[in-house]
Amino acid sequence: MSEITAEQVAHLANLARIDLSSEEIARLTTELGQIVDSVAKVAEVATPDVPATSHPMPLTNVFRADTVVPSLSVEQALSGAPDRDGDKFRVPAILDEE
Amino acid sequence: MTNLIKRSAADLSELLADRSVSSVEVTQAHLDQIAAIETGVHAFLHVAGDAALAAAARIDARRAAGEVLGPLAGVPIAIKDVLATIDMPSTAGSRILEGWIPPYDATVVRRVRDAGLIPLGKTNMDEFAMGSSTEFSAYGPTHNPWDFDRIPGGSGGGSAAAVSSFEAPLALGSDTGGSIRQPAAVTGSVGVKPTYGGVSRYGSIALASSLDQVGPVTRTVLDAALLHDVIGGHDPLDSTSLTDTWPSMAAAARAGLADGALKGVRVGVVKELGGDGFQAGVAQRFTETLALLAAAGAEIVEVSAPNFEYAIAAYYLILPAEASSNLARFDSVRFGIRVNPEDGPLTSERVMAATRDAGFGPEVKRRIILGTYALSAGYYDAYYGSAQKVRTLIQRDFDAAFAKVDVLVSPSAPTTAFKFGEKMADPMAMYLNDVTTIPANLAGIPGMSLPMGLAPEDGLPVGLQIMAPAKMDARLYSFGAAVEALLEASWGHTLLSQAPELAPKEITEGAV
Repeated sequence: MSEITAEQVAHLANLARIDLSSEEIARLTTELGQIVDSVAKVAEVATPDVPATSHPMPLTNVFRADTVVPSLSVEQALSGAPDRDGDKFRVPAILDEE
Repeated sequence: MTNLIKRSAADLSELLADRSVSSVEVTQAHLDQIAAIETGVHAFLHVAGDAALAAAARIDARRAAGEVLGPLAGVPIAIKDVLATIDMPSTAGSRILEGWIPPYDATVVRRVRDAGLIPLGKTNMDEFAMGSSTEFSAYGPTHNPWDFDRIPGGSGGGSAAAVSSFEAPLALGSDTGGSIRQPAAVTGSVGVKPTYGGVSRYGSIALASSLDQVGPVTRTVLDAALLHDVIGGHDPLDSTSLTDTWPSMAAAARAGLADGALKGVRVGVVKELGGDGFQAGVAQRFTETLALLAAAGAEIVEVSAPNFEYAIAAYYLILPAEASSNLARFDSVRFGIRVNPEDGPLTSERVMAATRDAGFGPEVKRRIILGTYALSAGYYDAYYGSAQKVRTLIQRDFDAAFAKVDVLVSPSAPTTAFKFGEKMADPMAMYLNDVTTIPANLAGIPGMSLPMGLAPEDGLPVGLQIMAPAKMDARLYSFGAAVEALLEASWGHTLLSQAPELAPKEITEGAV
């Protein structure tokens, strides 16, 4: 269908927030091209009259009673964090200084 | 009491109930087996021996006090590392979650504990369940107990290897495209993917949310049914959980052992799940099994599912798309590792990108990039949109087939266990391995794999896949138990009794 370029893979890696090396980008460019060629065959039978299925056993309006139930304590919620500041997650700067 | 580890969970249940053995004895026997052979098998990422013995002692005390406990109380179980456990690391086979101990239990883990089962530890898997061999585990592969040079299947190779090497009588698995059924097939064990929504996914680290389903990994059909009864049923914490009332799967399995259970059952053979690409010994055992079924009174009907040809293509668009979205949660802030970039400013986005580069393995990166591509503006309709339409067509194929037959059968996998490294260089070759199992996930229907013999050319296990209409899981267990009894009667033994005796690693090496 469409030719995958290294620039495209680099762009996708940026969107997916993965800092790929140039070797990884080169390898993924080849592999992605092969995989996309193979999976593009779905278009052969996906005609406009066929409805899409997003969920195998569709359920609608799944509600629960609006009542307070036990939830994680602050300590539990922070227990897996790589860094914390008191009762908060500590994160690096959100904005670049440039 | 000798050979406790060779007993089925159903047998252990009886021995425990009449107090012929204690749970501590049963648990210790399995821990001893793990200690003896685990260096060679590597089914576990974490073994919780002390906690298991303590839990077993508590069950023994309750039973001694006269408490009436559930059928599996005191029976050990291994838990796939994709499931959150409050007292054990839960990594999903990934470096990015190394050492993470969740602040909660998955619902299935909670139910297993409440029923008195004894968690032995966490089993190995392909990273985030992406793979068919455990070669993509960040912690090294699991080895097939039938041949240590071969894959145990994946992603749940650890759970399948644990039960087939008698390290545990029961295990939990998860099946997104065959991760319970294919490992069962290549290790000579039993695995069931329940109807989508039949078993809670709460606390199962998400791969592809519209495909994932947790299920039992065992050595017998009845054991799978007993475990299914423990873990199944509605869970308000999972909004995709079905509210149906389910029949007892164990009762269904026992009903399958009645005389004449196969008489008149209409068994559909899917024409598209055979032929080219299927190993000769797999095809041979499948044909022989059909002949046995016919002789037992089943009616064999060939059915066609023309759109199965597009199932792998649709799956490898839908799965990466959902996975790329699900795995966005690994942001180096709330859980998991954090890795700083080697140079440049330390901003959240750059730290996140460096962490995900260091924490994800090659297959996870490949699928995230593929999924991001499939969901991109300009490609969405052609890829993801079309794949969802194929899903409708596959459901229609199943509907048409189940209008004619009661169950569908096929080989569980096109080949027996392949050798390590054989398919690592070619992602599409690895993906094609899932051709038989993927359709059930796309349609949400239940599927089971049970052993149907050894391939004559390599002496390795071959699995029979059985599929039933959505919500008809009980039918799988009745039919599966009947087929299992029929096959074992024809052999005069169980398949796993033919597996090589695993000696402790040191002795094996000394003998070479």
